[in-house]
Amino acid sequence: MSEETRQTQAELESLLARGYQHGFVTEIESDTVPPGLDEDVVRLISRKKGEPAFLTEWRLKALRHFFTMAEPHWAHLKIAPIDYQSISYYSAPKTKKDGPKSLEEVDPKLLATYEKLGVPLHERARLAGVAVDAVFDSVSVATTFKEKLAAAGVVFCPFSEAVRSHPELIEQYLGSVVPYTDNYFATLNSAVFSDGSFVYIPKGVRCPMELSTYFRINALNTGQFERTLIIADAGSYVSYLEGCSAPQRDENQLHAAVVELVALDDAYIKYSTVQNWYPGDADGKGGIYNFVTKRGECRGRNSRISWTQVETGSAITWKYPSCVLKGDGSIGEFYSVATVNNHQQADTGTKMIHVGRDTRSTIVSKGISAGHGQNTYRGLVRMLPSAQAARNFTQCDSLLMGGKCGAHTFPYVEVKNETATVEHEASTSKISEDQLFYCLARGIGAEDAVNMIVSGFCKSVFKELPMEFAVEAQNLLAVSLEGAVG
Amino acid sequence: MENMKNPDTALLRIENLHAKVAGKEILNGLSLTVERGEVHAIMGPNGSGKSTLASVLAGRPGYEVTQGRVSFEGRDLLSLPPEERARAGLFLGFQYPVEIPGVNNVYLLKAALNAQRKTRGLPEVDAFEFLTLVREKMKLMRMEDSFLSRGVNEGFSGGEKKRNEILQMLVLEPQLAILDETDSGLDIDALKIVAAGVNSLRSPERACVLVTHYQRLLDYIVPDQVHVLIRGRIVKSGDKSLALELERRGYDWVAGAAA
Ligand SMILES: Nc1ncnc2c1ncn2[C@@H]1O[C@H](COP(=O)(O)OP(=O)(O)OP(=O)(O)O)[C@@H](O)[C@H]1O
Ligand SMILES: [Mg+2]
Repeated sequence: MSEETRQTQAELESLLARGYQHGFVTEIESDTVPPGLDEDVVRLISRKKGEPAFLTEWRLKALRHFFTMAEPHWAHLKIAPIDYQSISYYSAPKTKKDGPKSLEEVDPKLLATYEKLGVPLHERARLAGVAVDAVFDSVSVATTFKEKLAAAGVVFCPFSEAVRSHPELIEQYLGSVVPYTDNYFATLNSAVFSDGSFVYIPKGVRCPMELSTYFRINALNTGQFERTLIIADAGSYVSYLEGCSAPQRDENQLHAAVVELVALDDAYIKYSTVQNWYPGDADGKGGIYNFVTKRGECRGRNSRISWTQVETGSAITWKYPSCVLKGDGSIGEFYSVATVNNHQQADTGTKMIHVGRDTRSTIVSKGISAGHGQNTYRGLVRMLPSAQAARNFTQCDSLLMGGKCGAHTFPYVEVKNETATVEHEASTSKISEDQLFYCLARGIGAEDAVNMIVSGFCKSVFKELPMEFAVEAQNLLAVSLEGAVG
Repeated sequence: MENMKNPDTALLRIENLHAKVAGKEILNGLSLTVERGEVHAIMGPNGSGKSTLASVLAGRPGYEVTQGRVSFEGRDLLSLPPEERARAGLFLGFQYPVEIPGVNNVYLLKAALNAQRKTRGLPEVDAFEFLTLVREKMKLMRMEDSFLSRGVNEGFSGGEKKRNEILQMLVLEPQLAILDETDSGLDIDALKIVAAGVNSLRSPERACVLVTHYQRLLDYIVPDQVHVLIRGRIVKSGDKSLALELERRGYDWVAGAAA
């Protein structure tokens, strides 16, 4: 290594100090249930939310099932033991009895928090025409743009509100994609979930704006267990965005969410995530455990579900946004960028389960590893006997920065129908010295050059994101890879 | 040697340069002075060190200078990282321009121009100004609009890559352009276009070093001096007639004379 590269590297390393920029804590009084997990806690959560009996029962069934399960350890992850009894399963900012009815009633400190995060609920919503639901620890604090959505017949509200206003939809669809028995973390979520977003798009309606949820973990020693349910009725369309952040703390915090999507005939759900939970410090201390179950069911003919995710944060990411392609001619898509730096670990990918005939799926995964980061792509493509003429295309690329990180690929394929076709392309590369030097020789600084090359590498995923998010995603990518040039 | 008290007026001054690549000495006592306004041509057999010289001047990692010095506009060039050399006005036209998939060709160029302007205390050009500028230069290089939206050199033909290098040079307007075999792989028409591009930038302020194997290029870009590089050093210099003579008599003639 020449003197010059050594110098640039030193400069870049000093930039590391800038680190995570959303790591502040909001001082706010909250109503937090003491740590521990048992039936009383579950009943308490259900009661606090004024839930109907069917839901309390469902939670309790999940809890009982949870106690029969063992924590999974098949992922390519090193996870410090989690003590589920030391976590508080409910934390809500203290507010007037029934929670805020409008933005004006929301605690100004909370609004300021979202402002700092770049989610000013008033402005952002109005200017960008994006409807935002913000979840702070366990509860949903505000949903903007309600009237305009209501005029279109769209229901977009906190999950707990939907339980009261549309119990029949909740009863019909909750757990219909991710049953409470599904997996350890989904089962835990089913028992203790606190809030999240609910979306219903009626028949033939094209949702007039992007819908968005912003998740924020604030309180210490709490887990966040939100539950999102999106139902797109026949012929409807919705684009939904999800963003996340958390304060910087030395302790690991658990985030075990469940997202269920249902697309009926000809419906199209586009779900985009930019995940920027606190990743822990440069030595791997602290950070969020992001153990999330996301699944969409293309229940109707020619329906389509598209997952796009940019995963830059969290100490550990464990998630496989998946599609069950039941309807004939339905389409599932998964576009993913996952970066790991320092001591971050990610085990992420997707499952495409082809049930119907002429179903199609596309998987594009871009993994970027830097520092001591470990990045695993794990994917399953399953063609059932009924999946006549189904097709899958998978492309899986890994980019390594420096010599201490790792990239791993586990693509599983099961084909039970011989008319189905499965194509897989994979590559692993280092960030090319020649590309980097080409940029430097044009006067572009090393850090900008790396960001440019990495963004180029991710382009086929970024172009799936809504404009506004694409810019944010590129910025986050740049921040998360700071100091990664070697 | 210059009088120490007088500031160096040469644009580029290379003195007794020795450089190693992968532990092997490739440049071995090379000296060359380029004044403002001049065009120099460097010729020499394959593997003699021409691209190595270009790489050392541009600051490519992996090239170790073991002896000698290089000053650019009176500054110590070798102490600068590559991006600062570029910002100071040094441009390298690559013999093998690299492809950067997914990175928009003009996006890179705009980032480069703005990085260089910033160093010079100039305001950034906005998207509209930039597009106007780049369109004008593309017209000169007879490049179609589709090159605006393609990835950097992504899927470009050999000749297109070379034209793209010259396009970048025209937009960045360097003080010193080192063009490493920019004429190789060009058809006759493209050669004339590239030559016209290079000539359009000639001025009493700027200079150009052309690395080439073919005298033909020098019919279009007439050099002030021609140098022969063999085994890592310049063994003969002359005016443009030297190139013609080399074409007739081959390198053995100079190598023999130099030995
Ligand atoms: N990275 C490297 N590792 C090992 N050897 C190298 C490296 N780069 C250059 N060399 C060697 O240095 C010598 C000079 O190479 P250079 O590319 O400078 O030649 P050149 O004069 O430009 O030749 P050409 O006319 O073929 O372009 C060659 O023998 C080459 O093999
Ligand atoms: Mg060469």
